[in-house]
Amino acid sequence: MEKFEKHTGIVAPLNRANVDTDMIIPKQFLKSIKRTGFGQNLFDEWRYLDVGQPGQDCSQRPVNEEFVLNFPRYKGASVLLAQQNFGCGSSREHAPWAISEYGFRAVIAPSFADIFFNNSFKNGLLPIVLEQSVVDTLFAEVEAEEGYQLTVDLEAQQVISPSGNAYAFEIDPFRKHCLLNGLDDIGLTLQDADVIRDFEDKRRETAPWLFTELS
Amino acid sequence: MAGQTLYDKLWQDHLVKTREDGTALIYIDRQLLHEVTSPQAFEGLRLANRQPWRLNANLATVDHNVPTTDRDKGVAGIEDQVSKIQVTTLDENCDEFGIVEYKMQDVRQGIVHVIGPEQGATLPGMTVVCGDSHTSTHGAFACLAHGIGTSEVEHVLATQCLIQKKMKNMLVRIDGKLGAGVSGKDVVLAIIGKIGTAGGTGYAIEFGGQVMRDMSMEGRMTVCNMAIEAGARAGMVAVDDTTIEYFKGRPYSPTGETWDKAVESWKQLTSDDDAEFDTVVVLKGEDIKPQVSWGTSPEMVAAIDENVPVPAEQTDAVKREGYERALKYMDLQAGMPITDIKVDKVFIGSCTNSRIEDLRMAAEVAKGRKVADSVKQAMVVPGSGLVKQQAEAEGLDKIFVEAGFEWRDPGCSMCLAMNPDKLEPGEHCASTSNRNFEGRQGFGGRTHLVSPAMAAAAAVEGHFVDVRDIL
Ligand code: SF4
Repeated sequence: MEKFEKHTGIVAPLNRANVDTDMIIPKQFLKSIKRTGFGQNLFDEWRYLDVGQPGQDCSQRPVNEEFVLNFPRYKGASVLLAQQNFGCGSSREHAPWAISEYGFRAVIAPSFADIFFNNSFKNGLLPIVLEQSVVDTLFAEVEAEEGYQLTVDLEAQQVISPSGNAYAFEIDPFRKHCLLNGLDDIGLTLQDADVIRDFEDKRRETAPWLFTELS
Repeated sequence: MAGQTLYDKLWQDHLVKTREDGTALIYIDRQLLHEVTSPQAFEGLRLANRQPWRLNANLATVDHNVPTTDRDKGVAGIEDQVSKIQVTTLDENCDEFGIVEYKMQDVRQGIVHVIGPEQGATLPGMTVVCGDSHTSTHGAFACLAHGIGTSEVEHVLATQCLIQKKMKNMLVRIDGKLGAGVSGKDVVLAIIGKIGTAGGTGYAIEFGGQVMRDMSMEGRMTVCNMAIEAGARAGMVAVDDTTIEYFKGRPYSPTGETWDKAVESWKQLTSDDDAEFDTVVVLKGEDIKPQVSWGTSPEMVAAIDENVPVPAEQTDAVKREGYERALKYMDLQAGMPITDIKVDKVFIGSCTNSRIEDLRMAAEVAKGRKVADSVKQAMVVPGSGLVKQQAEAEGLDKIFVEAGFEWRDPGCSMCLAMNPDKLEPGEHCASTSNRNFEGRQGFGGRTHLVSPAMAAAAAVEGHFVDVRDIL
């Protein structure tokens, strides 16, 4: 997993509440058996005027000029500014995969759906919760100023605006540690293999019906 | 000290270790796998040269991509090449690692959330996970059950554990009794209408009260299925006699002495009388009417005798814009009666409402009636091969076919339209599924979430009607 320490980048504003995972990456793209290739279909139904198909060459498709990510001023954006309940809907990890592959490193919103929030960390994408009033301020600033950039400093747990305002955010220490070091969860958990095995053995004794052979 | 909630107990029972940073390792009893969210997890195992921790904890099936017609052709009958690869990939992964899979032509195949309980692969008190957000369904059996992402699927395969943080406790209590023609689906839509799609974020919701006690297991599964639509990863219902009765004689249920021991332990799976919840929401069963969603989020829902809302009356700007956008997408007029919404297609199925009781409720309405001429297609997709068999034994298939419904083979089907069953742009669909997001049932499609009885009623009338008037 790619490490996340400090990142500065252009901000793209997506001013809608309840952006769901079907909007982030429509289901026809879930048919892939790979982890990559989703970036070009991020927000597919909003980004293009036709219906996208997996494996298609997107450079030939008609683009929806009215969709914010297609505005020339947000080209190369790497920080996504969003509204309440971002990422609601399904558990598909394709959503953070698509967002990351498009080039975003962080998503800032007043709130996120739980599963999406969780999935993001596992993919080096940092979801940041800031208060609604702060998010509103950021939206106003991005829209007012072309080339607007934010800095996300994970170590200091701050989002820093061009005028030097710093907004603190919370992050669970374990997730922070993993992101800062680009650590793989499974390896960490397997360090506790003995504890897991002990637990399992006890359980097998007290609740044998949980260990029925399937066939 | 205050007592424990059901969720507290389930958490405690599965807590392997609390780590220094406060996160916990939680042991997973059952993982269900399907073709969409597992390939990258198996690939990850292979790349890291890891083996599944406990093969027997996993059960797989294909459901999202499978066609609902011409099943005798098997995998070869899947026309979409990309779908076919996904299905074959799961078959190959399960064969390679030695995981039990109900393949396409197995009569036990079906939607993951239908087959788990049906086989007794889901049992009370388990932790159940699946790379699918509607895993909350299994909470109906007092399980701690929730959806996970693909990285977590891999994590569970490799370690039999998940890294978790404890959620808060919410009780949604539905007092009193439901009226005739009102079912679990209406209850859960009414709850979401009340607390919103983010109302349960960060919580494990326990559904309780007399209405839940009186409800069948099928109804409870419908309610828990949509907990995620209220923002809660997990929904659950305490164990009672109905729960225990459900597991008698299921293929993977314990038997003999083990059964007695299991039952004894299952009976503990309720919240203590003095348990404290962080939030309590109360509804009255008598107040719940048949529900119809009018917008593009499950919280955009109204009772059948109400009107589509008027966005201009909303004081909250974000909400107002959301309403306006939804009405535009759905092509509905502000203030129009819900009963004036016409339907082009009807879909009865999905992990929300494709069990035998759901089909019985729909058949009761369809019996002796005909699908309206204005309805282009009405289909019934049973949740599993065994549900299909049972329905056919009861003659429900004949009732549907005579009324003009198509009787299909089991799978997710038009719930998310990954297989050929789709809406065309602009079509309105009365659907018993759980998501009315833009494009969910096909690009440009317009979904209205309803109960099976309401879907059947819309099919015969061509527009939404109060099923209580025609029963
Ligand atoms: S029926 Fe629909 S919601 Fe349920 S598992 Fe299948 S796609 Fe998901």
